[in-house]
Amino acid sequence: MPVTSSNYLILSLLLFSIGIMGTLIRRNAIIIFMCIELMLNAVNLLLVHFSHLNGDVDADSQIFVFFIMVVAAAEVAVGLAIIAMMYRKVHSVDVNILNRLKH
Amino acid sequence: MDFYDILFWILSVMAVGCALGVVLSRNPIHSVIFLILTFFAISGHYLIMNAQFLAIVNIIVYAGAIMVLFLYILMLMNLNADAEPQKGLLVQIAGILSGGTLFLVLLAATKSAHNEEINKVSTNVGLITNLGKLLFTKYVLPFEISSVLFLTAMIGAIVIGKKEPQLKNGEEHIA
Repeated sequence: MPVTSSNYLILSLLLFSIGIMGTLIRRNAIIIFMCIELMLNAVNLLLVHFSHLNGDVDADSQIFVFFIMVVAAAEVAVGLAIIAMMYRKVHSVDVNILNRLKH
Repeated sequence: MDFYDILFWILSVMAVGCALGVVLSRNPIHSVIFLILTFFAISGHYLIMNAQFLAIVNIIVYAGAIMVLFLYILMLMNLNADAEPQKGLLVQIAGILSGGTLFLVLLAATKSAHNEEINKVSTNVGLITNLGKLLFTKYVLPFEISSVLFLTAMIGAIVIGKKEPQLKNGEEHIA
């Protein structure tokens, strides 16, 4: 059975859904952050696939993937700094402790 | 079933299996290792889809830099595997159900999309020559703005991570 475009679609959707499930069922802030990275990568994979499906006429979507990577790297730098500060304050990376923000 | 198909299935199973490992493993260090393996599988997908530069950048930036940053923070915090409290069973089931429902909804939404066979011709559209030309002509403004974004993120991380000055007596501690 040859590989078709729907195979790639299902693969990306699976990776994205696994990322969503991870953010919902885990309490460790770092794991949640890693699941967000997983979701970004699923979207990147789908973008590259659409570029390939279009016959590789131009590399615009690959440039978009490149910019998503740039934004993800900046996000990781700031996010991990916030998590490190949170750990310094409350000595835990449990996100449930942060629900005091709503009071 | 040619070489492309076999490679696709191997990489897909590797990506999904390691992604499940990220979510399910108790030890955060194992999660990081699984995520790196997932990124390698995705890089393999990039390679067979004529995105050679992105495959290398994915390995260098994600597996090399970002995941090392995660590992560094994890080692710094010295988290034990059993230190993480579990969410209640009900919340876990609800999370898995809603994730699965999202998957089904997206699948149903994209079911009517054209199901084309992939062309397996190798082109050089994803090489650095092509991407570099595009990056410095058509996308030169976003490129420069992203460099400013990086500078901002760097300064922001330093400002957030800075040690707070000691509070003097009589000052209210906001926590």
